[in-house]
Amino acid sequence: MTTNEVYRIALAGNPNTGKSTLFNALTGLKQHTGNWAGKTVSLAEGSVHYKKSTYRLIDLPGTYSLYSNSTDEEVARNYIVFEKPHVTLVVLDATSLERNLNLALQVMEMTSNVIVCVNLIDEAKKRGIEIDELKLMRQLGVPVLKISARNKTGFPALLDTIDRMIRGEITTSPYAIQYNDEIEGKISELVPNVKKLVGDRFPSRWIALRLLDGDTSLLDEIQKRMHQEEESTWNTVQKTSGSHLENF
Amino acid sequence: MNLYEGNKGDRIRIKEVAIEGVMRRRLLDLGFVPGAIVDVLKKSPLGDPIAFRVSHTTIALRKEESIKITGELIQHDNE
Repeated sequence: MTTNEVYRIALAGNPNTGKSTLFNALTGLKQHTGNWAGKTVSLAEGSVHYKKSTYRLIDLPGTYSLYSNSTDEEVARNYIVFEKPHVTLVVLDATSLERNLNLALQVMEMTSNVIVCVNLIDEAKKRGIEIDELKLMRQLGVPVLKISARNKTGFPALLDTIDRMIRGEITTSPYAIQYNDEIEGKISELVPNVKKLVGDRFPSRWIALRLLDGDTSLLDEIQKRMHQEEESTWNTVQKTSGSHLENF
Repeated sequence: MNLYEGNKGDRIRIKEVAIEGVMRRRLLDLGFVPGAIVDVLKKSPLGDPIAFRVSHTTIALRKEESIKITGELIQHDNE
């Protein structure tokens, strides 16, 4: 039996948390890594084979946020929302979780197929920081794994978790931030309308939140993507009707 | 007090970020959130910009922004 399915796994995280190191360690590629911000500008891709599957890893640019203040953030956001990877790995720096969890929560609002990797666990240990991953897992509602990309520790458990998530053996319940009554009221007003427009293609609660935030760049992007979709369906319609005409 | 009024060695707990739009978002992402504790690290010779330490990272803010972030002084280290 050689069912070689290809799955897309996106790597997200703050700058300098070791995303590219993890990417290289898993794929065996030599994507440039370095200790400065904004290094990963375009998307690097590489593959890992695990069991009978191929994982196509996509190394997203390192960002503190996904609310699109810059091109980097827009690239990362668009990939997660519109390209919908099968799994998104959020790589966190174990030595500064407080700042890093901001991005994790943002990703969890966009998709529920999230695995949190607490990286640099060796560095944290040196500084006397201990991470209770089970507690984190319970609070976040998604798998949390401790790894050291540099020393290649924690990889078997990570690959196994990816495998089980893809096969639907793990159901996550990502922690959803509850906003104040005013905002929650507006969200429930908007969500049905958002659903009417985009269906289940994109996360409706997240889009409603972006609308309340006045994020016009997101609207432009959705419009662009939906036009493309229409065009491609129109093209197939034309093609099929074209062949019908030939039959006449 | 606001962050701009902070002196080197001051430790300030943020109460309010009175900035709107993209810059507000950016500051929140960097850790300037209500409740966060900020250390004043260094002031430029003319007092602008100022370097702050917030959630384990050093970030310099211009007067335009730091003047609009208010908080309370919780500690002061005299040199």
